[in-house]
Amino acid sequence: MIEFLLEPLEYEFFRHGLLATLMVGASCGLIGVLVILRGMSYVGHGLSHAAFGGAVVGFILNLNFYAGAGVMGLLALLLINRITRSGTVKLDAAIGIVTNAMFALGVAIISQVRTFNQSFEAALFGNILGITEGDLLLIGFVSLSTLTTMFLMYRPLLFSTFDQETAQVFGIRTARVQLVFSLLLTLTIIASMNIVGVTMIAATLIAPAATARLMTDCFSRMLIYALIIGGITGVAGMYLSYIFNTASGATIVLFGALLYCLCWLTNFLHDRYILQNHPDGKSGFVQTAQHQSAERNEAGL
Amino acid sequence: MSTRAISSTESHIHPAISLSDVTAGYGRHIVFKRLSLKIDRGQFAGIVGPTACGKTTLLKTILGTQSPLSGTVLLDGQTLNDIPRGIIGYVPQLESVDWRFPVTVEEVILMGFYTGKRPWPWPSREERERVHDLAHRLGIYRCLRQQISNTSGGQRQRAFLARALVNNPALLVLDEPTSGVDIKAQHEVLHLLGDINSEGITILLTTHDLNAVASHLPWVICFRNGLIAQGKPRDIFTNDILTRTYGGDITIVRHEDYFLIANGTPIHFSDGDQ
Repeated sequence: MIEFLLEPLEYEFFRHGLLATLMVGASCGLIGVLVILRGMSYVGHGLSHAAFGGAVVGFILNLNFYAGAGVMGLLALLLINRITRSGTVKLDAAIGIVTNAMFALGVAIISQVRTFNQSFEAALFGNILGITEGDLLLIGFVSLSTLTTMFLMYRPLLFSTFDQETAQVFGIRTARVQLVFSLLLTLTIIASMNIVGVTMIAATLIAPAATARLMTDCFSRMLIYALIIGGITGVAGMYLSYIFNTASGATIVLFGALLYCLCWLTNFLHDRYILQNHPDGKSGFVQTAQHQSAERNEAGL
Repeated sequence: MSTRAISSTESHIHPAISLSDVTAGYGRHIVFKRLSLKIDRGQFAGIVGPTACGKTTLLKTILGTQSPLSGTVLLDGQTLNDIPRGIIGYVPQLESVDWRFPVTVEEVILMGFYTGKRPWPWPSREERERVHDLAHRLGIYRCLRQQISNTSGGQRQRAFLARALVNNPALLVLDEPTSGVDIKAQHEVLHLLGDINSEGITILLTTHDLNAVASHLPWVICFRNGLIAQGKPRDIFTNDILTRTYGGDITIVRHEDYFLIANGTPIHFSDGDQ
């Protein structure tokens, strides 16, 4: 078994890929918790598409891949924010307009300049083979920044996510918190683009957090679970991709979805068991734990 | 419970809330124009009025979450930018929050401290002790570790109230504290607010429940896209003022010092089935 796990590590591309997916999976899982609790799943999906358009434009202008993607991602954020501020156009509509237009720009340029079609396939569908040491440094920097910022901003992030208006009354600069969070999200998406691909980043963000939500009803635990599930998903997806010779991004996403399904099924079977054997008990892992906790509280323990 | 003074040495001459010529609205839609309103320190006042009459906009303007289009809002003589953090306690409408959010009652109350400078995610011993004291006082100590989704409307209201009180505010603002809870919980919350007010905290709330205002609040403000009248409930709850506020038939049934406000003609129960 150990030999089986160690064998692919002989290859440099696999070592780089494994490290990259571990970091990307963990940071996507962590930030994904806030993405789903803030109802921003579609933002993640849209921003990845806008960043792709930016990467293509950057290529035309002889800019770095990440620089073009970053500038366009930030531009998309600002435009979405500006459009929704008046209240006449809702967030989902603004994301649809802005990010799809930017993605379409990238596709239009590619179709015009067909010589670099191949280079952008990695950004669209993910390709672990070409991860350089420079990419690893960038992904490491983004992951560390995400972890540190989420730790130091835990309190304002939690309060403004739960109850934005009251947080503002209490003196939290909610607009600033939202901006910092959006920047982190954009950076994470850009760092993940070449690993899982634009078309599948949203799933990488959401699946670990959604699985963690099924496992706990505690915000801080949900963050830790999502981080661990994200990291495991990345590493397991990488190995499975090597074994079955499938696209890395797609394999990671499929493994994340499988974990979610398993967790949901376990919850479902547990509910059935509780209903059959303890009709008075609440159903679900999470609810059962709460019920027990409430009983302990009632008993003054 | 001690309350903090908001202002300087001249604080005693300033009302707790003062609006001068305030116009508020959203874009081109004006909700109220040139409103001037003063609420004294230590007051326990309720704003009543029909749905979409601007009550919530008025609260948001006072709280500073919405900037007025013109005019001045002062809290104890100071602009919102000058008052210290945590001086206002706020309890939002219960409906404004997603109750499936993964937090416990204790975590909700602790959020009141999240405006401080402490960077660590976990609470300090002082913060936890303060939360436990408040939870004891408000009768929610036993459900501190419960998920907020597993609590009743009354417990959620008390958790929000405890969160609003953790910083010893001088002003407590509540948006519809009587909605979303049963009659018993309504009266308990209003009694609790009366106790809190007796300790010197100015309280301003909005409500649709005129009878609760009549029985629990010493001061009422009738509002309909502007100030209609304000004063003691017995002086304000007249057919004329309530009809001007709500624009429909309001019946007031008086009996000695008590009165009951009903919408439309009172129901006459017949003795037998028709």
